[in-house]
Amino acid sequence: MKLTLNIWRQKGPNDAGRIVKYEMPNVDEHMSFLEMLDVLNEDLIHKGEEPVTFEHDCREGICGCCGFMINGLPHGPQRGTTVCQLHMRQFHDGEELWLEPFRAKAFPVLKDLMVDRSAFDRIIAAGGYVSVNTGCAVDGNAIPIEKQSAEMAMDAAACIGCGACVASCPNASASLFTSAKIAHLGLLPQGQAERDRRAVRMVAQLMEEGFGYCTNTGECEALCPKGVKLENIARMNRDYLKAAILYREENASAGGA
Amino acid sequence: MSTIAVGGLNRTAALYQSVIGKKVIMAVTGFILSGFVLGHMIGNLQVFAGPEKLNAYGAFLQSLGGALWAARIVLLASVGLHITMAVQLTMLKLEARPQPYVKKTALVSTYAARTMIWSGPIVGAFLVYHLLHFTTGQAHPDFKPGDVYANVITGFRNPAVSLFYMVANILLAFHLYHGVWSMFQSLGVAHPRYTPLLKRVAQTFGIVVGLGNVAMPMAVLTGILSL
Repeated sequence: MKLTLNIWRQKGPNDAGRIVKYEMPNVDEHMSFLEMLDVLNEDLIHKGEEPVTFEHDCREGICGCCGFMINGLPHGPQRGTTVCQLHMRQFHDGEELWLEPFRAKAFPVLKDLMVDRSAFDRIIAAGGYVSVNTGCAVDGNAIPIEKQSAEMAMDAAACIGCGACVASCPNASASLFTSAKIAHLGLLPQGQAERDRRAVRMVAQLMEEGFGYCTNTGECEALCPKGVKLENIARMNRDYLKAAILYREENASAGGA
Repeated sequence: MSTIAVGGLNRTAALYQSVIGKKVIMAVTGFILSGFVLGHMIGNLQVFAGPEKLNAYGAFLQSLGGALWAARIVLLASVGLHITMAVQLTMLKLEARPQPYVKKTALVSTYAARTMIWSGPIVGAFLVYHLLHFTTGQAHPDFKPGDVYANVITGFRNPAVSLFYMVANILLAFHLYHGVWSMFQSLGVAHPRYTPLLKRVAQTFGIVVGLGNVAMPMAVLTGILSL
C-alpha cells in the first residue's frame, strides 16, 4: 500500500522542530509500524539523509521503550497495543499519517520521535519500591495474599512505563503511571511498610517533574497499551490523602511522654 | 529528635500545594455547590405553583436571618476556593505541555470533561449577573424587593436575558455531568460496582438541573407563566 507520512523532525533538544513529509510507495501490510520506519530509514540512509530517530527495544510490546503519536493517538489506532506490535494492516492504502513525539514539559524531546522519560525513573526512585531482607529466598506463598488483591496488583504491575498516559492526557498528567506503581505495591502485604511514605514521596516527585494534574477524563485508561485502570488513580488519591494527614516522617519523635 | 517535618502548618501547606490536595478542595467545594444548585432549582420550581407559593418561599428564606448568612458565607467561600483551584490548576496544565500537538485525537473523554475550564468561567460570570439580577436587583430594570414572582416574570420577558440564562444553565448541566462523578474519583471513591452507577447519577443530575433551570425562562417566554 501507499502511505504519506508527516513526521516530526527535530535535530536536538534545542531545535525548534518541524513536520517533514515522506512518501512510502510500497508498504507491506504485514510489516510492523517500526519495520515500516526501518524501511524508510534505510531509504534515507541510502540517500545520505539523517534517519528518523525513534526509541525501540524488545519489539514484543513488553519493554515500554517504543511509543510516539500516530494521528494524535499514542501507539496509534489499535487499542491495547504498543507501536512495535501495531501492524500496517491497521491502515489503508493512500492514508496520510501524522507522527509526533509524546509531548509534555517533563518529557523533553531528545531527537525526532524520541523523548527523555527519565522523569518516570525518578518518580519510581522516590518511593516505588519495597524493602526486603537479603539472604535466602523466602518460601513461596509464605505470606497469604487474597486472590483478588493479587490480581489487581498484577493488573497494575502490567504498566510498562511507556508514557502513553502522559501523552494522551489533556493535562499531561502522570497520574495513571504513578498510581499504577502505588497500587501495584500498595495492594500487597509486602508493600504496606512503605505505603504512606510511597504515596507522599511519589506524588511530590510527580509535581517536581512538572507533570499536570488529573481531571478524570479517562483518556489515559483508554489509550494505555496495558489496560491499566483509572480506578488506580482513585486508590492513589486515597493513599495520598491518608498519608498526607497521618504520615510521620522517620525523623519525627515517636510521641508519648 | 526533630519534629519539624510533622508540624501542623507544614502538613496543611503540603496538602494544599499538591495537585491531589487541590483536586480534593475542588471536589469538596464542588460537592457543596452541586448540592446547592439542586436545592436552588427545586426551590425555584415553585414558580410553577404560583406567586403566593414562590413569594412565601422567598420570605421564608429571608426570615432565616443568621442561618441564611451562614449558608451564603459557606457558598461564597466554596465558589472562591473552587475558582482559585481552577485557576491554579489551569496554570499548571498550561505549563505541563508548553508545546501543543500538531494533531491530537480525543478518544473517550466527554465533551463535558474537556470543556470544564470553559463551562466553569461562563457559569461564574453568569452567577455574578444572576445575583445582581434577582438577589440585589441592580441588573433588573423592574426590580420589586420581596415580589420574587413578579421579578422572575418581568426579568425573563426579555429574550436576551432568558437566552443568557438558558445558555448558562446548559453549560452548568455540562459542568455537573462531568463534575458530579469526577469529585468522587478525586476523593478516591472508585469501585467497579459503584463507579458506573455514580457516573449515571452524575449525568442524570446534570440533565435534571439543566432541564429544571431552563424550564423557567422557557415557560415565561412561551407565556405559560405570566403575571
